[in-house]
Amino acid sequence: MALRNIIGKRIGNGIGLVGRRSLSTSTSDVENRNAKSMNLYSAINQALHLALETDPRAFVFGEDVSFGGVFRCTTGLADRFGKARVFNTPLCEQGIVGFGIGLAAMGNRAIAEIQFADYIYPAFDQIVNEAAKFRYRSGNQFNCGGLTIRAPYGAVGHGGHYHSQSPEAFFCHVPGIKVVIPRSPRQAKGLLLSCIRDPNPVVFFEPKWLYRLAVEEVPEHDYMLPLSKAEVIRQGSDITLVGWGAQLSIMEQACIEAEKDGISCELIDLKTLIPWDKETVEASVRKTGRVLISHEAPVTGGFGAEISASIVERCFLRLEAPVARVCGLDTPFPLVFEPFYMPSKNKVLDAIKATVNY
Amino acid sequence: MALSHLSSSSPSRCANLLKLLSSAISLRRPISTDTTPITVETSVPFTAHQCEAPSRTVQTNAKELATFFRDMVVMRRMEIAADSLYKAKLIRGFCHLYDGQEAVAVGMEAALTKKDCIITSYRDHCTFVARGGTLLEVFAELMGRQAGCSKGKGGSMHFYKKDSNFYGGHGIVGAQVPLGCGLAFAQKYCKDEAVTFALYGDGAANQGQLFEALNISALWDLPAILVCENNHYGMGTAEWRAAKSPAYYKRGDYAPGLKVDGMDALAVKQACAFAKEHALKNGPIILEMDTYRYHGHSMSDPGSTYRTRDEITGVRQERDPIERIRKLILSHDLSTDKELKDIEKEVRKEVDDAIAQAKENPVPEPSELFSDVYAKGLGVESKYMQKSIYRHKGDELPSQAFGYNNPSEH
Repeated sequence: MALRNIIGKRIGNGIGLVGRRSLSTSTSDVENRNAKSMNLYSAINQALHLALETDPRAFVFGEDVSFGGVFRCTTGLADRFGKARVFNTPLCEQGIVGFGIGLAAMGNRAIAEIQFADYIYPAFDQIVNEAAKFRYRSGNQFNCGGLTIRAPYGAVGHGGHYHSQSPEAFFCHVPGIKVVIPRSPRQAKGLLLSCIRDPNPVVFFEPKWLYRLAVEEVPEHDYMLPLSKAEVIRQGSDITLVGWGAQLSIMEQACIEAEKDGISCELIDLKTLIPWDKETVEASVRKTGRVLISHEAPVTGGFGAEISASIVERCFLRLEAPVARVCGLDTPFPLVFEPFYMPSKNKVLDAIKATVNY
Repeated sequence: MALSHLSSSSPSRCANLLKLLSSAISLRRPISTDTTPITVETSVPFTAHQCEAPSRTVQTNAKELATFFRDMVVMRRMEIAADSLYKAKLIRGFCHLYDGQEAVAVGMEAALTKKDCIITSYRDHCTFVARGGTLLEVFAELMGRQAGCSKGKGGSMHFYKKDSNFYGGHGIVGAQVPLGCGLAFAQKYCKDEAVTFALYGDGAANQGQLFEALNISALWDLPAILVCENNHYGMGTAEWRAAKSPAYYKRGDYAPGLKVDGMDALAVKQACAFAKEHALKNGPIILEMDTYRYHGHSMSDPGSTYRTRDEITGVRQERDPIERIRKLILSHDLSTDKELKDIEKEVRKEVDDAIAQAKENPVPEPSELFSDVYAKGLGVESKYMQKSIYRHKGDELPSQAFGYNNPSEH
């Protein structure tokens, strides 16, 4: 679907986007009945309502979630389902996740919120050493599959060091958990419900820039979107672009501009980062012979490196050009310099042209 | 002196002349230099845990009270100005204001020397000023300009001042406390006879790393003072909903603690002096400052969804730190109401001037994006990175992203 029609103007990126005309979607995996126009945080809110409605053993907890949360994602949950199921925790990420693992180990669906992905690191040990390895080390006697950790991630225009980070790569290095990132409201609702109901612990990163900015027709019923299945959201034949989350709208802008120069771009939303859909990406690269990966996180050691290495392994002889990565710079996420740091549309466009003309 | 001529004139004219002269000469000594000791009692007594509380009788003088008044007025005005600048989008990012809590910053500074270290969280504007930071450095840093104390690279949450041993300015809640204990270790090792004050909030009090740091400090008798600035709300969560024991001064268990009225600058001064002496001899101590913030957690938080407006007004009326000092000065006849108001006017102008200067200041050079990631010259691929930012015409400049094309336009 045309992301530019979903997402309003991203300040600082000069995308002057049109208003919110909705186009028919290319994803036919969700019926459009009773669709309502809503933004990302409302879609996530709906998913949480459905999750708690359908499973009496589902819980939502985190810092300040009771009144609706800093991004309004948990609005109305405490009123509807009660304080025993929707509650605030003290300010302790390690405690929140550890507690969530325990709750999940007893067969409950623990939906933990980390207020900003930048704050997830105190919980890193719990996620990597406890959650990811629980099933494995107990010989499948125990598991914490009911655990879902939600965290807003990514740039927001002015967030600086501690409200803009994209830490997905750290978690992609851990077998035993899943990492999922939605690109739009409709995707978010379906993916979040899948994550909550998936029998493995999942880290769900929500692009905070899109909480209000992205508006889309989202079906009101309960639906799930499959994990570990990438989606081709734009067909093309000259180059494959792979991305996730908010970055996709930037990449789509670049694709549209590249088309004016006669370059036909195929754009893939990875959706699930681990375990990722290698087949879909490979099939696309076999078609185009070129691939470009783009993400906000710093380029060195970012998840683009994994995709690049895997694609080269699988498609070496088919590749017409080196794998391109257009990513954040290897610096802490800056304050004033955010526009220089970000993988902007122009950087992506330049890389598309360089790759095609290699 | 004209007085000698008066002995021959009529009585009424004499009286008038005298009145004129006395108001002109001001027979009272100027408040800013008067160091005659004054004894004041703190508003409430201290509550102690595992130690003996200091006396609630505090020694002060007119000069100190004048300094307290002026400094707090500067801080208050600065924070209010920052509020307006944020709403005008000249300050971007996240901005956490300290108005209401000024007494903690000034009281603490009065008890310390610049050899003592202070480290705090992101609500650091006033602590920075108390440590000697200038208004220009504050506003420039808030607006992300070169003249800022962190070269415009840190923003509101990351103010630092090395020459006053102010170690900042930290975004991650509670992370500064173990750091503070490390500073204290270094001070003890180097026999500095100085201490470290590590400040944190009631929300951060529930972080595990605090207890780790306290244990280490107590084990090794470090001169660390852990100061809980208890403004009763961890962002939107009230203390009684976040802490099983909101008696933060007791949570050190084996470490002694003191509960202090954080809205009373003199009480803060007394407690900090006591704590410094204690820590140098006996190791860590916890101070709980009972204080209050008028603004919400940050500029994104209206501050009214989790507390009533009546509560905020109530504190403002009953416990405002600036008003307390004003009343003290007036009741001890150290200055007149007009003089104090003049100081406030003067401060307002000072703040406005600093803002105007800061607005003219340029944003940091693009090369600053790559500087200081590693120690100079030891980073990797910085040349490649530097090339990449210049290749892309059409990309916005930082100034455009921050909502203005030419800094001097505002």
